[in-house]
Amino acid sequence: MILTYDGTFDGFLTAVFEGFRLRIPDLRIEGDGPATGDLFAEKSFVETDQGKAGRVRQKLEDLGGKKTSKALYRCFLSEQDDLERVILHTIRRLLTDGGAALNDYRDPLILRLQQIGKQIGREVHRMHAFVRFQETKDGLYVSLIEPDFNVLPLIGNHFRERYPAQDWLIYDVQRHYGLLYDREGMRFTTLTESQHVRLQRDWLTDTEKDYQELWKTYFKAVDIPERRNMKLHVQHVPKRYWKYLIEKV
Amino acid sequence: MNQRLQEKLAILADAAKYDVSCASSGSKRKNTATGLGNATGMGICHTYTQDGRCVSLLKILLTNHCIFDCAYCVSRRSNDIKRAAFTVQEVVDLTMHFYRRNYIEGLFLSSGIFKDVDYTMERLARIAKKLREEHQFNGYIHLKAIPGASDELIHEAGLYADRLSVNLEIPSERSLKKVAPEKDYATAYQPMNFLRERIAGYKAERRSLKKAPTFSPGGQSTQLVIGATPETDQQVLQLADNLYQDQKLKRVYYSGYVPISTDARVPQVDRTPLVRENRLYQADWLLRFYGFKVQEIVDDAHPQLDQEVDPKLAYALRNPEHFPIDVNTADYEWILRVPGIGQKSAGKIISSRRFGKLRREHLRKMGVVWKRAKYFVLTADRDYLHLGYDPDIIRHQVLHGAKQKKMTNQLDLFATPQPLLA
Repeated sequence: MILTYDGTFDGFLTAVFEGFRLRIPDLRIEGDGPATGDLFAEKSFVETDQGKAGRVRQKLEDLGGKKTSKALYRCFLSEQDDLERVILHTIRRLLTDGGAALNDYRDPLILRLQQIGKQIGREVHRMHAFVRFQETKDGLYVSLIEPDFNVLPLIGNHFRERYPAQDWLIYDVQRHYGLLYDREGMRFTTLTESQHVRLQRDWLTDTEKDYQELWKTYFKAVDIPERRNMKLHVQHVPKRYWKYLIEKV
Repeated sequence: MNQRLQEKLAILADAAKYDVSCASSGSKRKNTATGLGNATGMGICHTYTQDGRCVSLLKILLTNHCIFDCAYCVSRRSNDIKRAAFTVQEVVDLTMHFYRRNYIEGLFLSSGIFKDVDYTMERLARIAKKLREEHQFNGYIHLKAIPGASDELIHEAGLYADRLSVNLEIPSERSLKKVAPEKDYATAYQPMNFLRERIAGYKAERRSLKKAPTFSPGGQSTQLVIGATPETDQQVLQLADNLYQDQKLKRVYYSGYVPISTDARVPQVDRTPLVRENRLYQADWLLRFYGFKVQEIVDDAHPQLDQEVDPKLAYALRNPEHFPIDVNTADYEWILRVPGIGQKSAGKIISSRRFGKLRREHLRKMGVVWKRAKYFVLTADRDYLHLGYDPDIIRHQVLHGAKQKKMTNQLDLFATPQPLLA
C-alpha cells in the first residue's frame, strides 16, 4: 500500500508514523507529486500531524542520536526520486541494528543514503563558498543562488554566525524562496511577483560597483597563465554556478 | 580615485601569487555579536584560479619594494618591474569589503622588505591589530614572520594572526647561499623556533585557562621552491619531515618554480615541474596522514619520486612481500597502505566489515579506486582470479590498462619483453 504526504518533512514523518502504527504490509511512501507508481496499488493521503512527526523524530534520535535524524533530514532535502524508499529502509535498519547501521556500507540503500548525504554536504559547502553578496542602497546584502538541491535550510547558521551585524538575504531563484536575516532574526521569505528577483544595477551602491571591479581585478591578477588548467578550474567551479559569481560574469 | 587602487591591487596580488599557501583552515575563531567573520576550522575556497588553485584569502603584498636581491623572486631589487605599496588603511578596507561580500575567508599578508625588516614587520602586525581591534574582524589572518624581525614584533603578530609563516624557499642552505647571498638558514630558523615555543606555550596555557589569549592558533607553515635548485626529492622530503617533527609545522608547501624572469643564478627550465610538485604533495600526505616514514617513500637507491606512478603505488610495487592485504581481517594501518584506498574508504571498510564479509563490489561502491587496489587486496570473493604478483606487470597494467595490451599488438617500451615466437 502507498501512503502519500504533502511534500514536507513533517508530512513524511507522519506517513512513517501511520505506516508503522497500522502495520501496513509492503509500505511505500510517495510525495504528492505526479503519480509514478503502480496503477493498481491503493493510495491514501496522510494529513501532516506535528505531534506524530515529533514522536518519529524523537524515536530516531533515541536510536541513533541527533546525527542520525540530521542525516535523514539532509537526505530528504535532496529532492531525489528514491528518497522515501532510502529513508524508510534506513529507519528499518535503525530499528534492528541501532545507530551503527548507518556505517554498513555493504547495504546498497545505506550506501545510497551516505552518497546523497555527501552530495548534500558538497552543495552546502559550495554555497558557503559561492554566495556573493551585493550591497543594495537600502543597506541589504543580497545574494542569488540556484543550488542543485534544496540546501537553503542548511546554510543559514553559517551566514548568521559570520555576518551578525549586517542585514542579508540569500534567495533561491529556482525554488522561489529566500532566507532573510535582520535585527529580528532569520526567516524564510518569498518575494512577490512585482519584486524582481534579478538584481538591478541601479539598486546597488557605488561602493558595491567599485568593489566588484576590484574583485575582478584581483581574480585576474592571481592567475598564473603558464600553469593554466581549465579542466581543473571547471571541475572546482562548475559552469552552472558562473552566472552568480562576480569574477566569472 | 579608484584607478590607482585598482592598479596597486593588480601589481601586489600578482607579486604575491607565487606563495602557494592558501589554507584558511586550522583555526577556530568565534565571532562576536557585532563583529565580522569567523574561522570555521575547515577552510573554504571561494573560487579557483584558471590554473586550478584555491582562492581562499585576499593574498597580497603590502609592497613589492625590496632591499633584497633573491634570484628566484619576482620582487628582487635588480628586477625591472612596476613597484607599488598599499597604505595600512587600504589593506584594511579591501579586507573588510571583500569579506562582507563573502569573496574571501580573510587576509594573507606578505611584503617585500622596505627600509628594514622591523619597519616592515611592524606594519604587518599593525594591520592585523587594526582589523581585530578597531574593526572587530574575526576572519582568518595569515601573516609572514619576516626573518630578522625582533621577537616583540613577531610576538605581536602572533597575537592577532591565525597563522604565521616563514618561507625557507630553497631546500638546502648551500643552494640558498648561491641564489640569495643575503640570506641564510640560521636567520630563517630563528623566528621559526621562536614561533614554535610561543605556540606551544600559549596552547598549554589555554588548556588550563579557557580565557587565555590565542597565539597563531592555526600554527605555522613554510614554502619550498622546487626545481630552481638541484636538490633531490629525498632531500626535500627529509627536510619537510624534519620541519614537521622538530619545528611542529602545520604545513610545508611545495612551489614548482615558475621561470618568472631570467636571472643567471637559477637554471633555466622550460616548464614548471608540475608533475614533480604533485608527487611531492602526495608524498607529503603519506608522511602526515598515512603513517609512512621518509625512508619508505624515497631512499638512497631511489632518491627521486617515480614520476609515472604515485608514491603509494610505487611503495607497493617496491615491497611486494607485504601484499596482498585481506580487507576483512587486516589492521587499519595496513588497509591504509593499499594503493587506491584513502582514509575515507579505509574507515568505511573497518566500520562495515563488522556487519559481514566485504566483497569486491562493496569496495568499488564505497569509493575504492579499483583500478589500482585490485592488485593488492583480497576480498570475500572466492572466484577472484589473482594475477600472481609481478610488480612489472602490475605497473604496466595500471599505466596502460589491461585490455589495451591485448587489442593492439604494439611493442611497448615499458612492457616486460615477450619472446616474439612463443
